[in-house]
Formats: sequence, structure tokens, C-alpha cells
Amino acid sequence: MTVVDLGLPRRLVDVTLDGETVSVPEGSTILDACTAVGTSIPTLCYGDTLRPANACRVCMVEVEGSRTLVPSCSRKVTEGMVVRTDSERTRHSRKLVLELLGSSADLSTTPHVAEWMEQYQAKPERFGPPDPPADDHDERPPGEHEEPDGTTAATVQQPAKVDNDLYVRDYGKCILCYKCVDACGEQWQNTFAIAVAGRGFDARISTEFANPLPDSECVYCGNCIEVCPTGALSFKKEFDMRAEGSWDESRQQQTTTVCTFCGVGCNLTLHTQDNEIVRVTSPHDHSVGHGNLCIKGRFGWEHMQDSRRPAEESTEPTTGQA
Amino acid sequence: MDLHYLDATPTEAERAAVDALLGSPEGGNGLDPGTVHGHGDAHNGGHPNGSGPFPAHGAAHGNGSAHGNGTRDGRDMLLPALHAVHDRIGWISQGALNHICRQLSVPPADAYGVASFYALFALRPRPSRVLHVCTDLACKANGSSELCDRLEQSFGPAGTAVDGMTWQHSPCLGACERAPAALAFEAGDPARTQLLAPAGTDEIEESARSGPADADREPPARESVPQAGDPELRLLHRVGVVDPDSLDDYRAHGGYIALRNALRAGPAEVIKQVTDAKLMGRGGAAFPTGRKWDSTASQPVRPHYLVCNADESEPGTFKDRILMEGDPFSVIESMTIAGFATGCAKGYLYIRGEYPRATRRLANAIAQARERGFLGRSIMGHEGVDFDIEIRRGAGAYICGEETALFNSIEGYRGEPRSKPPLPVEEGLFGKPTVVNNVETLVNVPLILIEGGEAYARIGTERSTGTRLFCLSGTVARPGLYEVPFGTTLRELLDLAGGVPEERTLRAVLLGGAAGGFVRPGELDLPLTMEGAQEAGTTLGSGVVLVFDDTVNLPAMLLRIASFFRDESCGQCVPCRVGTVRQEEALQRMAGGKAPPDGDDLALLREVGQVMRDSSICGLGQTAWNAVESAIDRLGTLSKGGPA
Ligand SMILES: Cc1cc2nc3c(=O)[nH]c(=O)nc-3n(C[C@H](O)[C@H](O)[C@H](O)COP(=O)(O)O)c2cc1C
Ligand code: SF4
Ligand code: SF4
Ligand code: SF4
Ligand code: FES
Ligand code: FES
Repeated sequence: MTVVDLGLPRRLVDVTLDGETVSVPEGSTILDACTAVGTSIPTLCYGDTLRPANACRVCMVEVEGSRTLVPSCSRKVTEGMVVRTDSERTRHSRKLVLELLGSSADLSTTPHVAEWMEQYQAKPERFGPPDPPADDHDERPPGEHEEPDGTTAATVQQPAKVDNDLYVRDYGKCILCYKCVDACGEQWQNTFAIAVAGRGFDARISTEFANPLPDSECVYCGNCIEVCPTGALSFKKEFDMRAEGSWDESRQQQTTTVCTFCGVGCNLTLHTQDNEIVRVTSPHDHSVGHGNLCIKGRFGWEHMQDSRRPAEESTEPTTGQA
Repeated sequence: MDLHYLDATPTEAERAAVDALLGSPEGGNGLDPGTVHGHGDAHNGGHPNGSGPFPAHGAAHGNGSAHGNGTRDGRDMLLPALHAVHDRIGWISQGALNHICRQLSVPPADAYGVASFYALFALRPRPSRVLHVCTDLACKANGSSELCDRLEQSFGPAGTAVDGMTWQHSPCLGACERAPAALAFEAGDPARTQLLAPAGTDEIEESARSGPADADREPPARESVPQAGDPELRLLHRVGVVDPDSLDDYRAHGGYIALRNALRAGPAEVIKQVTDAKLMGRGGAAFPTGRKWDSTASQPVRPHYLVCNADESEPGTFKDRILMEGDPFSVIESMTIAGFATGCAKGYLYIRGEYPRATRRLANAIAQARERGFLGRSIMGHEGVDFDIEIRRGAGAYICGEETALFNSIEGYRGEPRSKPPLPVEEGLFGKPTVVNNVETLVNVPLILIEGGEAYARIGTERSTGTRLFCLSGTVARPGLYEVPFGTTLRELLDLAGGVPEERTLRAVLLGGAAGGFVRPGELDLPLTMEGAQEAGTTLGSGVVLVFDDTVNLPAMLLRIASFFRDESCGQCVPCRVGTVRQEEALQRMAGGKAPPDGDDLALLREVGQVMRDSSICGLGQTAWNAVESAIDRLGTLSKGGPA
């Protein structure tokens, strides 16, 4: 089971999950307990390497005695807790959250969402035809908005931000899960290049004054891409390949190797399609980096791959594709 | 943390505004967190103490109490620093933001995220003169659209910059008893503000042209309290009677007797009296105050903090403003008693940015109390009893009234509510045990300490003890703030205020504000108690009683409520961030007779309302559908065949 192991023996807590009694270590979340017994609950803003942001609300479950539903990804179990994960109320909540998200953002590259939509019979289109992309999202002031007439449904659709060679920010796909901000900030990278700006429906991920990435503090570690659950953040390579229609995950292979740029020992997972590296991720359970890399590990291959292409010589650090 | 900053540099004026608050880098002030913590004198670098319209920060800083002991590298000075620039310049440039960030070691993207959260701040050039015209419920019912029409004719649509000024729509300014209201602001050194209420069309055009006049031309607080001078009044007995700027006058009218009693009795006894009084919170949630105090007092972790919640942004609410303007010393004395009882050495008074006059009066009261030994060290000569108060100004965000959002706002983060648990009494401001109380809740405390908890509990009803302030506005003959014992019926309250104007008929009463519910004319015998309101499916909330007669366009009111929640959602969680938008869109379709995309917009509204109520993080999202639901279900508003 995926309960976080602290290496110390922990007291067990008895909880009732959908009528069955389960014993889980103290300090586990409801989600941990569900995972342990094989009950699957959708999650989006939850990240295995990050503190819960509690933002997306797709994981809500019913806990006896609680006026509202509770987020399973962060709520810790307590002795005698009675949890229902599949009541009518939780199903309604999940369906609506999926519809609200699907009607406002482009979820076409968010894994599992299509399945969940079907499972919960979510129909995002029932709020009306989506608003077309707009390019003023970064300038919208808090506390006011243009009065809608209801004939279209407001969206976050906007042109993708392609302002550097390494990665693309396509915020029309963003669900504001806070993961990229947390990965860039004090939880991992300590760079603080991005933050949530604005308020309400116009809240957005932004650099200071929405400056282009090259004018921001970004150090291109790509740790934000690693945690982004929607594909809003993606390697430029992937973005370009998707645009030209050549992106095909069924033709991709993954090889995990140790990064050779320095002695730290980060693990790299190289995703290749047709013998070409198209994306680099890093295993979240690895003790050194927990999924985090630096610019060299994350993007160094671009350089190696490009400079190597005419000569076809060096095998480092892209050994995985040899 | 290795921070990088923008290349942008501040102008001289921007630099001066920031340095006046934080101290200049050359002087060595404000840079090294080590010198900042514990001794606030470090920040006293020449702030024009008391000279601006908002002397609050200067006043607080002058006494060496500028920083909470729990602050990290002065980040909690971010919001005051943003205010300093905005007050002086009228907008916040990249250079100014960068300068603040360097001074406080805050990442610029973070600071931008914070600045862009608040509706009062502009982040692009804007004229220094801005007129905020209230278009919320009470003002809508009292002709705000005529003001907007006039301004539009003379200056162009809202947001247009012309002749060094601009005007914009504003949510409730907390002056509903004198609707329609507008707040004039002009940046400068010092910045000037003036509340225009009631605002006439000529007057508003004049103000737009020439800027705010001296704010003290505003009518005295007593004009908002029709019962002023009535000997039966308890919470309001000094309002309109004492000189709000004089500590001596306050003492001549019974001030500081309660603090003396409290200091003699000791913290445990104070908490016992408040518990015996069965005092319940007046900020909306009606939580027992004694219990809250007791759980904070018993937390072993130190320090403890006290927060007085004066954010008062619920549309239709103006009670706290009138208390703060009319009897500011009582707020300060009450906070001191609360701090003493719960083991807090430091209290923050968080007041909405749209309340300049109340802010000024409170800053003056704090300064005088400090000077005379009622604040600071060894209060009233009691060795070891130390307590001080710092004012923090909000900047246009209703959500910052939610207690955990308020903590984030004070700490210099975006005003986003935190997940509970942990509760504030365990981990609140700066992660420390914190008591949060509403202004009105607190000013009940001196009464309890003078007459005793049991005697206090005899007023009102068994479960709702004491008196309650009600904010009457809308289409009512004598709008204003009224104080009545709990248990008074809604009819009696409306009669006190003269009912609806002659020749008109009552259509509906909105009880509790935008997060409350509508009551029908046939339900006026409703007893005004917590339990009575609950039984009737509504809430007393913050004491809003918004009266609508048959001239009022109710669907327009519902649309305004929906628009308000959309504007004020912090945006953190999906049910509220998107749900409030879908709610507004569906209501717009229903009001405009447009075809529902899903066959039935009423069913759609109920589904969206349900997920907001069940799955939102905080009370804003959880109640965003209350008023709309009650209008539809109880008044038949927007239903087919029902009254429009
Ligand atoms: C969206 C929202 C806005 C709120 N605004 C205020 C406010 O302006 N003033 C206030 O005292 N309480 C407000 N509250 C309630 C506070 O969270 C808190 O319960 C209250 O300040 C506690 O004080 P009390 O126990 O004295 O009522 C608000 C709550 C929510 C959810
Ligand atoms: S690439 Fe790294 S530094 Fe740049 S925004 Fe993402 S997490 Fe922050
Ligand atoms: S860009 Fe991705 S990681 Fe960042 S908030 Fe949006 S969806 Fe989440
Ligand atoms: S309910 Fe609304 S205001 Fe409250 S946390 Fe969620 S988005 Fe923010
Ligand atoms: S996964 Fe639990 S709130 Fe997002
Ligand atoms: S001041 Fe306008 S509605 Fe309150």
C-alpha cells in the first residue's frame, strides 16, 4: 500500500470505508486508506511529492458528522471515522467539478479525465458553447468582470505562451492546481519564478507583471512541467510535435538512467519516439531528486542531441537511446 | 533563498514612499531581519506619523510594536508597503514593486500575485484621482444608476482615464444607510479620501472634477443611528454622545471601568464571565466566544495573537464602521480585555481599506491609549500586563474577512482561506494560537464585565443573549443602525425604522446579507434570534436587514448578488471559482429570457449550488447560492408565471 512509510512503527487507526473496516497507520490520509484497499478516487491537484493544495475538489468524500464533503487527499483519518466514497452526494460533487473544469479549460491532454467524465456522466457542454480564446487574461483586474449574457460559457482559453526554446506554457489548459507554483517555490526549487496572480475566475499562473519567461527568474529546471497534471506545461518538443500531429505516445519508450552532468546522481527517465528524446521526466520515488532536476538534466539532451546529430558520436548523457 | 529581482528601478517618489514606511536601505533599516524582529524602532525611519489620512502604520510603528514576534523577514510588511506606494502615486509600477521586494526579501512574482489580488490596487498607470461608485444592493435600490449615468455622460464609461481622473464601480462601501454612496480618492502626500453619501449627481460630478474634500465634512456618526441618545442603548450608548477623539470624554462616559474590573478579576474569571454571558460571535458564524477564548488561552504554544475583524464587507453591513467611528476607544478597550484574557501580547485590527475615517479615529484612539498607559507595557499600572495593537488595512477583498484569509493577508500572502483543520485557536496568525473576533462581538465584552455574565444573559432569549445591531437599508423610511434585544420581531424592527415609504408595499427583506436569505412580507413575525432565523431557513449573519419595496427590480438584485460572489471568489477552489461564474451565466439567461443550453436552467442552478455548498473550501463558496436559492424558492423570483 502507498502509505507514506516514516520508518517508525505507527499506531493503527480503524476507519470504515464504504461499510468495510480498514486499519491504516495513524497520520494516513483518507486517500492513502482508499488506495490501500484498492478504492480508486480521482485526483488532480494532489501530488505525491507536494503538500496538498486542496484546490481542485475532485477527490471529495463524505465523512459522517461533517457538514460539507471533505478532500480525501489531505484529510487525515481519525479513529472510528466513517467514510463514504461513492454516495450520491460524492458522485454529484465529482460530476459537477469535472463539468465545471471541462467547461472552462481544455482538458484534452489531462490523463484519465475522459474516463472519469464517462464514469460520472459529466457533460461539460451543458453550460453552453465555450467562449473563444482571448488574449487579455493576464490583464484582468480583480473584483470586476464584463457582465455576461449567458449565451456562452466563460473559459480560460488563450494563446499558448511560446517565449523560449525549452518549454511552453499553454494556460488554456490550466486548472490552477498550484502544483507548478509549489514546485518552483519553497517546496522544491526555491526559485519563485511563478505565482498565482489575479483573483476569482481570472486567477492565473504568472511571472511578475506577466513578463515573458526569459525576463523572469526562471532557471529552466522544468520541475513545474514534471508536476503539471494537465499538459498546460510541456516541453517545446512535445508542443511542436503535437502541433504537427506527430506526437504518438504508443510509439514511445522510456529508459531510466543516471544523469551524468554532475555527481549528485539524479535519475532521468528519457522518453523516446523514433530514437529521438522527446521528453525527460524523473522518478518521484527516487531518494535524490524526488522528480526534480536542473536545467542540464531536464533539457541538456536537447543540446546534446542537436549538436550530436551531424557527427553521431557521444553516447552521454543520452545513453538510454543508444 | 537566492532571489533575483527585476531591472526596473523606482522613481524618487516611489522610493520615498516605501522608505518612509520601511526605512531606507542606506540607513540599514528594514533589510536585516535580525534587526527587524523584536524591536520595531528599526522601522521608525521618519514616517510622517499621523500626517496622512491613514496614520495607522506610522502610529503603530512609533511605539516599537511594528512587527509581530512571529514574522518572517518582514514579509508581513508587504501589504502596508503596497499601500504606501499606492497612496502616494496612485498605482504600483514594476520599479516600485521591485524596490519593495528587495527591502523585504520577497520574490517579485509572489509580490505581484499579492498585489494583483486586491481590487483597490492598480498595477498599470492610472490617474491619481479615482471615484469608486457603489453599485451594490442598497445603492442600486436608491438610485446609484443615476450617478453612473451622469458620470458616463461627463467622463465616459467606467475605467476611462480623463482629465487626471477615472471612475469605477464598487461593491458595497459599508455606507448603505446613506445610499447611494461613493468614495473619492486622490493619491498624494498625504493621500486624501472622502465618502460621499448620500451622493447627488451634481455633487459627484464636482467631486470627480476637483477631488476629495476634507473627509471630516462627512456627517457625524449619530446621523446614522436614529436611536442615538436613547438611554436603553447598550452597544450604541456612546455613539453620537461622546467625542470620538477624546480619551477623557470616553472615560467620563464609563470608559475603561471594564478593563479595570478585568485586570482585578484575572484572565480565568474574565473568560468565565464571557462564557456565563453566553456571548455568541456577531461576525456571521455565531460561535460561542467564551469557548473560543478558553481554547486559545489554554494553548501552551506562545505567543498568542488577537485579531479584531473589522473587514466588514458583507453587502448591506455598516455596523462595525459606526461603532469604530462613533466609539473607537471602546473597540480598543475591548481588544485589550480580550488580549489580557487569552494571553495575547499583540493584537491586530484588520480594517477594510474603504474605511478611512474609522481608520483615522482608531489610530488616534490607539495613540492616546498608549500615551496614557492603557496600551503598551504595564497597562493601567499592572506589572507584567503588556498589550499593544497594530492596525492593518485591507485593500478591497471581501474574502479577507474570512478569518484564515485574513491571516494570510496580514502575513503578506494572497488572501486565500486556509483549509481547516487546523483551527485558528491552534494554528492561526503566523502559525500561532489566535483569537479572531468581530468588532461588535468585542464591544459586548465591557458590558459583561461591568454587569456580570449572568445579568448580561438575562437580556434577549435563552439561547441568543444580549442585544444585536441591525443594519437597516434599502427602501425603508429611516435607514440606519438599530440596537434591539434578541427576540425582537422583524416587524417591530421594521416599525422602528418607519417601514417602507408611504404608498409603497413591502416586497421582500434580505436578512443576513448576500450570504443570507430572503424573507417574505408574510413572515415578519419572525423572532430575531439565531435559532429563529435558522428555523426560518435563513441567518442573521452580520445583521443585514435590506428592505425592498414594490419599486425594486428583484431579478436585478439577484444578478448583482451573483456578480458579487463571482468578483469576490478568491479563485482557489473549483466549485466556487467556476461555480459562481456558471451561476451568474444561468441567472443572466433566465432574467433575459434566453434559451437554456441544457433544457432547464433552474435545475442547472440547483446542481451548481449544491456542489458549491458541499465542496467549496470556505464559507464564501458554501453560501454563494443561499440568497439566490431563497429568492427562487420563497419569493418565486425568476420562476415561470411567478412575479418577475
Ligand atoms: C467570506 C467570509 C467573509 C467574512 N467576513 C467577515 C467580516 O467582514 N467580519 C467579521 O467579523 N467576520 C467575517 N467573517 C467571519 C469570520 O471568518 C469569523 O468567523 C469571525 O470574524 C469570528 O468572529 P466572531 O466569533 O466574533 O463572530 C467572514 C466569513 C466568511 C466566510
Ligand atoms: S522551470 Fe523551474 S524555475 Fe522555471 S518556472 Fe518552472 S519550476 Fe520555476
Ligand atoms: S500550469 Fe499545470 S501545474 Fe501549473 S497550475 Fe496550471 S495545471 Fe497546475
Ligand atoms: S470557496 Fe471561493 S473564496 Fe473560498 S477558498 Fe474556495 S474559491 Fe476561495
Ligand atoms: S486532489 Fe484533493 S483537492 Fe485536488
Ligand atoms: S454602500 Fe452601497 S450598498 Fe452598501
